Amino acid sequence: MADAKVIPFDEDRPRPGGQRSARRRGGPGPGRRPAGEPAEHPAPVSALPGAEVGDPGADSGAASEPPAVAGEWERRIAGGLAFLRRRITGEYEVDEFGYDEELTDQVLMSLLRPLYDRYFRVEVKDIENIPAEGGALVVANHSGTLPLDGLMLQVAVHDNHPAGRHLRLLAADLVFMLPVVNELARKAGHTLACAEDAERLLQRGEVVGVMPEGFKGIGKPFGERYKLQRFGRGGFVSTALRAGVPIVPCSIVGAEEIYPMVGNARTLARLLGFPYFPLTPTFPWLGPLGLLPLPTKWTIQFGEPIPTDGFSPEAAEDPMLMFNLTDQVREQIQHTLYKLLVQRRSVFF
Amino acid sequence: MGKAVLVTGVARQLGGRFVHRVQRDPDVDRVIAVDAEAPGHDLGEALFVRADIRQPTIGRLLAEYDVDTVVHLDVTGTPLGAGGRTAVKETNVIGTMQLLGACQKSPSVQRLVVKSTTSVYGSAPRDPAVFTEATPPKSLPGGGFAKDAAEVEGYVRGFARRRPDVAVCVLRFANILGPAADTPFAEYLSLPVLPTVFGYDPRLQFVHEDDVIDVLRIASREPRRATLNSGTFNIAGDGVLTLSQCSRRLGRPTMPVLLPAVRWVGSALRTVGATDFSTEQIRLLTHGRVVSTVQMRETLGFEPAYTTVEAFADFARSRGRGLLPPTVLGRAVDRIADRVAQPGPGRGAGGTGATTTHSGG
Repeated sequence: MADAKVIPFDEDRPRPGGQRSARRRGGPGPGRRPAGEPAEHPAPVSALPGAEVGDPGADSGAASEPPAVAGEWERRIAGGLAFLRRRITGEYEVDEFGYDEELTDQVLMSLLRPLYDRYFRVEVKDIENIPAEGGALVVANHSGTLPLDGLMLQVAVHDNHPAGRHLRLLAADLVFMLPVVNELARKAGHTLACAEDAERLLQRGEVVGVMPEGFKGIGKPFGERYKLQRFGRGGFVSTALRAGVPIVPCSIVGAEEIYPMVGNARTLARLLGFPYFPLTPTFPWLGPLGLLPLPTKWTIQFGEPIPTDGFSPEAAEDPMLMFNLTDQVREQIQHTLYKLLVQRRSVFF
Repeated sequence: MGKAVLVTGVARQLGGRFVHRVQRDPDVDRVIAVDAEAPGHDLGEALFVRADIRQPTIGRLLAEYDVDTVVHLDVTGTPLGAGGRTAVKETNVIGTMQLLGACQKSPSVQRLVVKSTTSVYGSAPRDPAVFTEATPPKSLPGGGFAKDAAEVEGYVRGFARRRPDVAVCVLRFANILGPAADTPFAEYLSLPVLPTVFGYDPRLQFVHEDDVIDVLRIASREPRRATLNSGTFNIAGDGVLTLSQCSRRLGRPTMPVLLPAVRWVGSALRTVGATDFSTEQIRLLTHGRVVSTVQMRETLGFEPAYTTVEAFADFARSRGRGLLPPTVLGRAVDRIADRVAQPGPGRGAGGTGATTTHSGG
């Protein structure tokens, strides 16, 4: 299908393919380290505690070194049992938001990784724009009818960032009303998109992810794909300003086409209390099969961080400045989206 | 002249312990312990006056003993002995109004400490993850103890406006746990099987009984240097436990119940007298509640001796073994680990270890 009218911007150099999986799950090979990145983040293994255990899908070099492999298995089983022991006796820790780091690292991320690696084949660009330490606010576009883009963004940061940072997503209140969903979201480190929570996380030096388009972005019709919606009321900018953390714009390409929303059953949505009820070429018609997303090829690009520590504290109360900064972030994301769309060969490859 | 302290709600464990504690203070001359019921425990040297705080007699007591500090602990969720929810509500709300009215008339009162609860914040999916003292509740508690406490706090704020010369301290306690705790939440955790709300794993915070006594003492005397003990403070131990962690640490299995059905289970439990399963408690078990304790540390100058985890561990020790004690489960896993480790690389590898890894989540 044709990808809207886009204006080519060709200054961005296409990166070689295949780099995408080089650094996943913090393997020892510091495969693609861009030239600009400081070298004082050695093997990122340390920041993913126990990422080497309880990960049966990991590819260990099979027949080459039998004793090492046996040792590896033993270590893995011991690690798995230790994990099991901690889980069933409740001896693990959660933070005040309910984030269960161990469960996220070892189970939730492992469950999402096949979707990330094999299904959507996510290609991550310029991950080092997220600072290695201190707070940062990642602002991304939102699309795809179901918020899979947020989850993929979380896996992208978790698996690719050289300092092993964890993305803490801000989610709509609907997420915390639904049973099961809310429990998993809290354990994966998500919290409610409100200024209090965002500020608390940023002050603790966490990387916070926000999608300011909200339901307007995720529930927009297929015809409006890759057109950024209004960025809320710019609350995210004042939050970043108050915390003095940089804003990292992030553009996600590929999520728009996973569930092409051709219609919206408003009455049904209102009845169920949802902000929209999507009708896709497959969704209500094929039943549960319609829930299968299309296997599009994704690209997640992180843009240059926009510093906010140069502003005075009262700048957060200046609406004009807020609007300007919001527009700057929005335009940067939109611009990058267009560039990535021009470079994209096809929706699926 | 030393201080005369009046304590209400002394027939309960907490009030009784506080009366004992405050007597040991050198600058306290006299402790007047008030409750409508005779306490089952010994109150030491304190003068016990059997009086209902819903009656105006309380004003005469204040004048007679020249009371300068009032510690109001008779704000509780469960009835003591006979009497139902109506009696509890009357004692909480009408009793507080009477007491505050008496305090307002009394020229000697200089300090008022009121026990409240963090449930005044309610708990709703649209609330921020962490409540500070200034967070307005998104949904006011609809009934039960939480509503009483919210109303009590309202009256206390009114009193503070009318008597600016009186130092007023409102302490919002998280769930109080400890070996002797008799709160509804402690009762809930003592059930052999814990009914939980399906699909929700609330975050909980606890405060230990000993810390409650300590902080009440700090609040009831002159503030130490560089601290201020008038105002509203959240009191909770550090850290957070989810309900699933609690049940595993207690060794009590959970029984997830769908949200609409929880009320039936609650009323069934109430009928058999196991525990009071109020609407407010169901909401706590659904969405959980975490409060910020920065003010408690920095302004009040109180460092709890027990974290949430430690307070819970102390409670768990006092309650005895559950149906699935964590020590037994832990040993079982250790045995498997030993068996896997012993026969060497040949045996035990493969699927079993890997699959158990995931079943734990």
